[in-house]
Amino acid sequence: MSKLLLIIKREFIAKVRNKSFIVMTFLSPLLFVAIGIFVGYLSTMKADLKTIAIHDPTGKFVKEFKNDEEYRYLDLSVLDVKMLKDSILNDSYEGLLVIPNDTNTVSLQKNIQYISNDSPSVMFIEGIEQTIAKKLTAENFQREGLDTLKINQAKADVTIKLNKSSGETALKGLNEIKIGIGGAFGYLIMMFIIIYGNMVMRSVIEEKTSRIIEVIISSVKPFQLMMGKIIGTSLAGISQFLIWAILGMSAMFIISAVFGIQVGATSGAQTQEALRTAQGAMGSDIQMYVKELWNLPIATILISFIIYFIGGYFLYSSFYASIGAAVDNETDSQQFLLPIIMPLILGVYIGFFTVMNDPHGTIATVFSMIPLTSPIVMMMRIPFGVPLWQIVISVLLLFATFFFVVWFASKIYRIGILMYGKKPTWKELYRWLKY
Amino acid sequence: MSNILEVNNVLKKYGDYVALNEVSLTIPKGSIYGLLGPNGAGKTSLIRIINQITLPDSGEIILDGENLKPDDVQYIGYMPEERGLYKSMKVGEQCLYLAQLKGLSKHDAKTQLDYWFDRLEIQGWWNKKIQELSKGMAQKIQFVVTVLHKPKLLILDEPFSGFDPVNANLIKDEIIELNKQGTSVIFSTHRMESVEEMCDHIALIHKSNKLIEGKLTDVKKQFRTNSYEVGILSDNIEGLMYDLSQKFTLSPTNFKSLNDELKLEINLGTATPNELLNTLIQRGQVTHFMEKIPSVNDIFIKTVTE
Repeated sequence: MSKLLLIIKREFIAKVRNKSFIVMTFLSPLLFVAIGIFVGYLSTMKADLKTIAIHDPTGKFVKEFKNDEEYRYLDLSVLDVKMLKDSILNDSYEGLLVIPNDTNTVSLQKNIQYISNDSPSVMFIEGIEQTIAKKLTAENFQREGLDTLKINQAKADVTIKLNKSSGETALKGLNEIKIGIGGAFGYLIMMFIIIYGNMVMRSVIEEKTSRIIEVIISSVKPFQLMMGKIIGTSLAGISQFLIWAILGMSAMFIISAVFGIQVGATSGAQTQEALRTAQGAMGSDIQMYVKELWNLPIATILISFIIYFIGGYFLYSSFYASIGAAVDNETDSQQFLLPIIMPLILGVYIGFFTVMNDPHGTIATVFSMIPLTSPIVMMMRIPFGVPLWQIVISVLLLFATFFFVVWFASKIYRIGILMYGKKPTWKELYRWLKY
Repeated sequence: MSNILEVNNVLKKYGDYVALNEVSLTIPKGSIYGLLGPNGAGKTSLIRIINQITLPDSGEIILDGENLKPDDVQYIGYMPEERGLYKSMKVGEQCLYLAQLKGLSKHDAKTQLDYWFDRLEIQGWWNKKIQELSKGMAQKIQFVVTVLHKPKLLILDEPFSGFDPVNANLIKDEIIELNKQGTSVIFSTHRMESVEEMCDHIALIHKSNKLIEGKLTDVKKQFRTNSYEVGILSDNIEGLMYDLSQKFTLSPTNFKSLNDELKLEINLGTATPNELLNTLIQRGQVTHFMEKIPSVNDIFIKTVTE
């Protein structure tokens, strides 16, 4: 068996056997689901019931406030305002809405007060404002003798239909789905590069600090060791990804099976009825969405994901390996890591802001060509449909840069693994390139 | 072929610093070769070049009659001064891995491992992790890993550091045994007594240059001072001292003996030992007469401080 294969095998086994790998692989999807369920549970939880006192001597507005799950409104117009204010201080009520007894609409709408010791939510205040404004508007209409019904009928409601030149109906919200898919893959690439790049770095530092490095490079070339490490670790990463994919798909099957049974069993005729009416209006839309999703270049997305993952990961982990060789411990690595993480973060930002607005604009296109950002930005562009030649150029650039970088990295690596003691400066790293 | 390794005019620079200045060495087959020198003399640089960890700027290395090539790592066993093993890897797996990296097949590696584990009586360690072993135990594993692939040339950098006296002796015997079976050994150390005991050839490197090289006995001859340790029982010590000081240079010395004799170190200058003996015999009874042979330690200190 060739030495490179031996190294790859050892690195792979060392990573996969590691407890943290096993925990990460099987626990993080669970954690992900658990957080999802927890957030879902939180959002269904009822907020505490708050009592709002209303002092409305006109008696016109009190009726407009309807109790709901969060707020209960109490008409305390008969009581004295001063006394009510005091009881606010005693925390008897969440807040006190004071509407002045004013027949002049203009001065009335300027003198409404809300008194509370807590700062109320913006939504709540807007709700109150709207309720009062609606009532006042209706009154104004009536006073001026306008027909409310006719005004409502006269209001125009515009919905623009989106069409492609090919005549197909385009769907609103599809861009969001596309950026969601592209973003997920781009983000995944970034996460994998950072997590597994760090693993490569740590493994290099471990060999350096345990001093086994000298024993090993008296048997194999430093370049072989570095490549073996990078490839072995990437295989561990790909295995983790595959396990997640399999777990995810099985979970989908189970959930849809369980969910399907539940719908049939618990929903009565009522729900069926609701579904049918909903389908009447939305059925065609849903079908179109599904059709559009199938029209996405799924094969291209998946194949490019693997290619960009490998290219991007190789490129960055060469950096990580040479940093690991240059330093003696992980704390020293921070200074060198920052310039590596910057382009990754830049890629994600460009992906989410620029690509979403203008997937084929100059900025998005340029950054999907630059090798340090291309794995992320191009992944985000692909769901919007990218010409094949652009992908080919971008991939070629990525791999060309990888070979260039790995050559540099191996030079720093070769020197660095035998250097102990002080943390090197950028200048020294540059000098190592020339040794 | 009589030389296992020849180093010819090897030059190595790190930036402006010259680590090895045109160093040449000849290591005869079957020898135990002591590579001596103070810290920072260039020993480790030279050893790394022989192990092809770094490349020389110029000069050539000839292993067993042929230019050193990448595949030759399988013929060399190297134990660096800074010992190191994967801490969280099991002993057995680790040995197998390192042996395979040296080019052994898995099966051969297993056979060799069984042999060595039996020999050093460490069979029970196979499934232990290095971090569970003591420092001395880990050193034993390190030694096994170094010799597992039956190297023609064994390079040991400070082989006895970290061993207790019992284990140091055990390892020393193993090195001598391997040497008897034909393995040539290069031995870099500061422990002069082990050089004295084991090496038949030495070289001394100081400030990037080779200063001394040769058979240990030849080097010692080169450094002999024609001085003798003498013990003599005499009634007339004053007369004896006067006679001797006329012809030779005297200095007091000490050695173990059962008598209460006069103990002197006598430098003969150009005279022969027999002339000294003649003078001594006339004046009393000689109880001790021995050439003062320079120790490796003396040679080392003399050369380095000059």
